[in-house]
Amino acid sequence: MTHISVTVDGTTYEDEVEPRLLLVHYLRDRLGLTGTPIGCDTSNCGACTVELDGASVKSCTVLAVQADGGEVTTVQGLARDGEWTALQCAFHERHALQCGYCTPGMIMAARDLLRENPHPTSDEVRKGLEGNLCRCTGYQNIVRAVLAVAEGETAPAGQAASAREVTA
Amino acid sequence: MTDQAVEREVGRARLRKEDARLITGQTNWTDNISVTGLLHLAILRSPMAHARIERIDVSPALQRPGVVAVFSGRDLADGLGSLPCAWPVTEDMVLPDHPPLALDEVRHAGDPVAVVVARDRYAAADALEAIEVDYEPLPPVLDLEEALAEQAPLVHADKGTNRAYVWPLRTGEDFEAVKQGADVVLKRRYEQQRLIPNAMEPRAVVVTPLAASGEYTVYSATQIPHILRIMLSTVTGVPEHKLRVIAPDVGGGFGSKLQVYGEEAIALAIARKLGRPVKWTESRSEGYLATHHGRGMIQDVEIAATREGKLLGLKVDLLADMGAYLMLVTPGIPILGAFMYPAIYKMDSYEFTCTGVFTTKTPTDAYRGAGRPEATYAIERAMDELAAEVGLDPVEVRRRNWIRHEEFPYTSIAGLTYDSGNYEAATEKALALFGYDELRAEQHKRNERGDTVRLGIGVSTYTEMCGLAPSRVLRDLRYGAGGWEAASIRMLPTGKVEVVTGTSPHGQGHVTCWSQIAADVLGVPFEDVEVVHGDTKVAPQGMDTYGSRSLVVGGSAVHRAAEKVVEKARKVAAHLLEASEQDLEFRDGVFSVKGSPEARKSIQEIAFETFTSHDVPDGMEPTLNSDHVLDPENFSYPHGTHLCAVEVDTETGQTRIRSYVCVDDVGRVINPMIVEGQVHGGLAQGIAQALYEEAVYDDEGNLVSGTMADYLVPSAADLPDFVTDRTETPAASNPLGVKGVGEAGTIASTPAVVNAVVDALRPLGVHDVRMPCTPERVWEAVRSAQSEQPSGSPRKEASA
Repeated sequence: MTHISVTVDGTTYEDEVEPRLLLVHYLRDRLGLTGTPIGCDTSNCGACTVELDGASVKSCTVLAVQADGGEVTTVQGLARDGEWTALQCAFHERHALQCGYCTPGMIMAARDLLRENPHPTSDEVRKGLEGNLCRCTGYQNIVRAVLAVAEGETAPAGQAASAREVTA
Repeated sequence: MTDQAVEREVGRARLRKEDARLITGQTNWTDNISVTGLLHLAILRSPMAHARIERIDVSPALQRPGVVAVFSGRDLADGLGSLPCAWPVTEDMVLPDHPPLALDEVRHAGDPVAVVVARDRYAAADALEAIEVDYEPLPPVLDLEEALAEQAPLVHADKGTNRAYVWPLRTGEDFEAVKQGADVVLKRRYEQQRLIPNAMEPRAVVVTPLAASGEYTVYSATQIPHILRIMLSTVTGVPEHKLRVIAPDVGGGFGSKLQVYGEEAIALAIARKLGRPVKWTESRSEGYLATHHGRGMIQDVEIAATREGKLLGLKVDLLADMGAYLMLVTPGIPILGAFMYPAIYKMDSYEFTCTGVFTTKTPTDAYRGAGRPEATYAIERAMDELAAEVGLDPVEVRRRNWIRHEEFPYTSIAGLTYDSGNYEAATEKALALFGYDELRAEQHKRNERGDTVRLGIGVSTYTEMCGLAPSRVLRDLRYGAGGWEAASIRMLPTGKVEVVTGTSPHGQGHVTCWSQIAADVLGVPFEDVEVVHGDTKVAPQGMDTYGSRSLVVGGSAVHRAAEKVVEKARKVAAHLLEASEQDLEFRDGVFSVKGSPEARKSIQEIAFETFTSHDVPDGMEPTLNSDHVLDPENFSYPHGTHLCAVEVDTETGQTRIRSYVCVDDVGRVINPMIVEGQVHGGLAQGIAQALYEEAVYDDEGNLVSGTMADYLVPSAADLPDFVTDRTETPAASNPLGVKGVGEAGTIASTPAVVNAVVDALRPLGVHDVRMPCTPERVWEAVRSAQSEQPSGSPRKEASA
């Protein structure tokens, strides 16, 4: 067992973990942060994408011990006081999710993409999200949502958004 | 009566109520569920396609740390019967035993052999390697035609044959006679490769026992909690009323979770045996072996036509890969397609035969479209071949054969009554959006120039039967259950509304759409409606979600149930307002007396009045709740025209989709945003079959494409932007006028893309490319066509 200290979504946890424990299992099984799902075992699908020290990682390919001393942000740590981030709003408003299983990873990957390239083209969004698979949407509305944020069309608006209607 | 209210919600692009949880991570996937004392299961699977189990010793695994119990098939055999097949398509269908854990023999790579129960998932997985199994290899059965040969090795030796069934359909004139009189006879063979459904959420099951009373709650990532409850009761012997099945948040299904899986039964059996809660979650690679596959067919298609391109007859001989066992609806999948080969076309003769074949591969079953994509592919590919043969544009050859809009309702040669449609309108709209004539002109110019990158244009005009299904039709097809759907409305004392539905959504947006339907009929705000589903304790009746049935059958049931509430409320309102029912108007949720608008009662007030029941009409039952079970009178028949333009590099074999336009007619639309999303996703999966995906087995029956790294689920970078539009011809067979939409995109798109690829290469002498049209296959098709005609000059293609 190895001692680790990890800050996840603003809370610092101290734990003894097996060195082989995957970060995603640490988040889900030890911390109960089940907002980050697991979609594959070959790091192809990206469903488990989180942020570690400011960069997006697939948490199924990171060991919990590698996150020692680090700061992790998951999809559960994005909203502040119930106020969604622009990407969360855009995913809702552009219908960029259906079953929603890929959504946490997709949003985390899109954050990273926009950080590196705040004004991407449609093709750049498609290439930038290549490591995240979605089986429901055909990606078109995901691309629309990311572009909407890049173009400043969606501001954080809170959950009242669900009562609104798409005007497109 | 409620027309004004109808304007309010139905047809609006309401944002989804489902999203808030999903975009903030407050989800309840089955694998998220944890309870005190939970034990974890890991399953040892056969590494071989076919073998006899000579010896199995699970005891060494028991010594491993954290292991609580280990079971072989024999150890659990008492409480585990054969897994069910609900669709014996013929009277003499061969139905082999399907033990959830293998007993003496394994019949596909991944067949479960033993199960470890441990305190955590790592300990369970670790202990698998300690189980000792001696296998005596048996010959694999992999090729559909060889499997039917005399002396072929048998998947189920006790059955004496690999032929599961032969299912014929013959209608209209004799095909051979029609063929004699035809100018053109074309014979083609198409292969439907096996596909892996790949719902993003892997399967998982949790069972919590209440040992003292013999009650069990089964949480499963399933599309079919209601059917699962019945079937698990049958398989395990736990009485149905002691089983509660819950489908929590379910992350996609596409047919793969329309199943009664061995792991669900195993988990229940172990929870019963140990009296402890258990969980099993598949890894993705495990799922590739253990979750059923789709497609897997060889299609021999023969069409007879006049030289003007008029179809006379169609003959289809199908070999369908069942895999190792017949699962819930395995045998019926190709039969769902049997009625769709004639598609939107008129003809005089139709002959269809399907032979179901056992192989030592993962069982096949429903995958998005289930039989209908295969049928549509074959006929739409063949129509393009006919067009080429008689020298017509592919759109024109379709025009000469399709059912004209004034001919509806139309009974197809296969015996289906298409209630409504307008193929002309959808096609005209699609051609205009696509710029068909301009693209043809460009193609002509580029072909003349001899460009190495060729432009191809693919057409697919489809219809499908969905909205499963009229129960009497299911009886005639020998399906083991009905096709109805249930809905209840609970009018709560505070005026809020609960809609209870028997459908079981896993991404489709039922909560939002059912809210829209109920809000309109009841005249209550959209926000005041909650939709309850996916739990047999709170939504006790249902036939679940598959086959593009939920809106057509389940949504219609919600509509009818809500109308019943209004009917009863009208009686109460008349009583309270001391007016006759005929003098009441109902508008925006308020009853008022014609001519004296101040005399009014809202439906919320009436809900409270019926709750207290202090002053309701004599003899009336308290509450304003209602139930409705709706059995559809017909299938629904969405249709549309899909057009695809591809750029094919003849030197590298690379195909790029340049544009994709589809115009679908799914009848009346409840929520256009959700409809568009369903079409997008359907297109992605259909295109994936055309260009990317294939479950590949080697000569020994190992699944070579056994991980997500080896099986190409397309990413955003692999797909184009789609142009989608609609025409709206309401269905005549349900109160909402709706048709299914979930499978349409998948059904239509595969032939549109392959037709485009072949169209690009036809001047080079290519008349088919096997799916998926990978660069290697395209390049190979070009090369072999060129080697047949060294000059490389265009030629008229001969019929095969």
